[in-house]
Amino acid sequence: MKKKFKMQDLDCANCAAKMEDAIKKLDGVNDASVSFMTQKMMIDADDDKFDGIVEEAVKIVKSVEPDCVVLV
Amino acid sequence: MSPKLKKRRLRIVIALLIFAAVTLCCKTLAHWILSDKLNIYIIFILYLVPYLISGYDVIRKAVINISHGHVFDENFLMMIATVGAFAIGEYPEGCSVMIFYQVGELFQDYAVGKSRESITAMMDIAPEYANLKTDEGIEEVDPDDVELGSLILIKPGEKVPLDGIVEEGESFLDTSALTGESVPQKVCAGERIISGCVNGEGTLTVRTTALYDDSTVARILELTESAAERKSRTENFITRFARWYTPIVTVGALILAVLPPLLLGGDFAVWQTWIYRACVFLVVSCPCALVISVPLGFFAGIGAASKIGVLVKGSNYLEALAGVDRIAFDKTGTLTKGEFVVTELIVQQGRKDKLLKTAAYAESCSNHPIAESIIASFLKETGEKPNAGAVSDITEKAGYGISCVIDGENVLCGSKRLMDENSVECVPCEKPGTHVYVAVGGILLGIVIISDVMKQNAPLAIRRLKERGISKTIMLTGDTNESAKIIAQEAGVDEYHAGLLPQDKLSLVESLIKSGVGNPGAKRRLAFVGDGINDAPVIMRSDVGIAMGSMGSDAAIEAADIVIMDDDPAKIPVTISIARQTMKIVKQNIILSLGVKITVLILGAFGFANMWMAVFADVGVCVLAILNSMRMLGFKEK
Repeated sequence: MKKKFKMQDLDCANCAAKMEDAIKKLDGVNDASVSFMTQKMMIDADDDKFDGIVEEAVKIVKSVEPDCVVLV
Repeated sequence: MSPKLKKRRLRIVIALLIFAAVTLCCKTLAHWILSDKLNIYIIFILYLVPYLISGYDVIRKAVINISHGHVFDENFLMMIATVGAFAIGEYPEGCSVMIFYQVGELFQDYAVGKSRESITAMMDIAPEYANLKTDEGIEEVDPDDVELGSLILIKPGEKVPLDGIVEEGESFLDTSALTGESVPQKVCAGERIISGCVNGEGTLTVRTTALYDDSTVARILELTESAAERKSRTENFITRFARWYTPIVTVGALILAVLPPLLLGGDFAVWQTWIYRACVFLVVSCPCALVISVPLGFFAGIGAASKIGVLVKGSNYLEALAGVDRIAFDKTGTLTKGEFVVTELIVQQGRKDKLLKTAAYAESCSNHPIAESIIASFLKETGEKPNAGAVSDITEKAGYGISCVIDGENVLCGSKRLMDENSVECVPCEKPGTHVYVAVGGILLGIVIISDVMKQNAPLAIRRLKERGISKTIMLTGDTNESAKIIAQEAGVDEYHAGLLPQDKLSLVESLIKSGVGNPGAKRRLAFVGDGINDAPVIMRSDVGIAMGSMGSDAAIEAADIVIMDDDPAKIPVTISIARQTMKIVKQNIILSLGVKITVLILGAFGFANMWMAVFADVGVCVLAILNSMRMLGFKEK
């Protein structure tokens, strides 16, 4: 399953790259991208683990940039 | 400017004012009040105020991130650098570096926000609502909720929310957001319209033919939005580089701070010098300029392309297109219009209009594409439709043609075979195209020649490609050699291959791609431009696949890397220019950012750079790079 999420206050490009890196390493993720330009996060992951992965991804986002919000 | 940015601006201004006041006080009053030791602490506290006002969020984030284990976080490094400056007694410097770092960050956020806005505005074709016609009247609903076959009302100036057929009304549509074409297109009842266009003066009632998710606008949005996900090699390189850059510079700073003083065995002053140099390192440790400006450059390039009605599905394709050196074209629908029209009437007997009229009447009941083009041509010439009632005893034989009776006379209309079968005397015709022979009462009236016509801009496109240094243009077609030859000559392509089956096209393209590999030094990439279902595999296989958007089959558009919305081949050279310009700007940014940073690092290590230069190398260069990327938005074809 592939899904896109809007993000708010993603202020630093390097952070976006770090988030992308970390999310890609999550178990069950086929592909992921965090775009600083469009302020969007795309996650392509296995269906059965999807919700858990999104939760993990949101945690990663928070940990890299505390002020950034993922609009789920 | 968003409220958040405004708040930050206010904070920086306040910090700056206090900083200026404190500096002024210290300078003027230094001699007579602040001379003894204790006053050092007073100055320290005085400078701490503006430092905290401007930098408290940096410190806050640094602390949070350290607790999450992110050691190489730019906030943290910035904090260390400024705290370091304070520790060695450089209060004004530590404080001002923080303030100017914040000024740079603010400007950077503002510039990025602005450019993001202007690029997305260029791609902004999404309709917000649809006026649904119901029994109760007009209701404003989400385009997502409109069912297939509903009636919607489009008022003047509104965006067309869904694909459909006009039932009522007349208007001009502005298709520029989709195709880059600035001349409005006239529409009236019975015509198809596509979503994303902007309605002109008239009000239209439209019956929808697609759900929102299947409509043109949703499909285009899907393509452009995913464009940012397909990263170019350059972007991936920058990301990898960034991962190493910060740790290396930070470790360098640590070594610089500790090793020389230990080796040289220095007193407090020596430590002070080397810690200061280490702080310079830390300030330039963020790869932001690169990480922001490179993707922004590509994003702006994609935006510039979409402004002229060309969809690029990812920055990797823009990068690939910049290195394209040979281009192969499909013929029908790509270089030619793909619609058959009457191009010539060869009269054997009587008058031209008689020939066309007889042919049109005879074909009036047929729905063969050739019949349609003859009828269309007749309609265009005379303004009337053939009177089917005047035709009787029609027999149609596949591969031969039609025999019928018009005004009591036997009419034959079809191929040479039909004439031969009825022993009508005629000379064979050598001209390219499809020949329709027309005979009345056993005597040949003449020949109607139907052929595909070249797109107006095809020769121009080929010429412009040559001017841009494309070494070879090739036309591939399944058509006969004669018709291919004419088009190839008129368009001015270097080479053509006719009579190809889809698999032949594929193998030809594969051999072309192979011949491009291994030539030293050059990226000899091959682009293929096509439109049909049978082109899809070739589009997929070539280095850069380009599809014609409005004529093209869904399969071709799906397979393509770049889609030309209005099918104009002259957009190809323009897109190549955009791609090359984008690459140029991206390269300039990489060289600028890296060059300045490395220079400051070297100067810093030897003590020639101060923290001011470091701040410039960090945020200053970043802002310059952003401004440079933004030049792409003003791209004009010379």
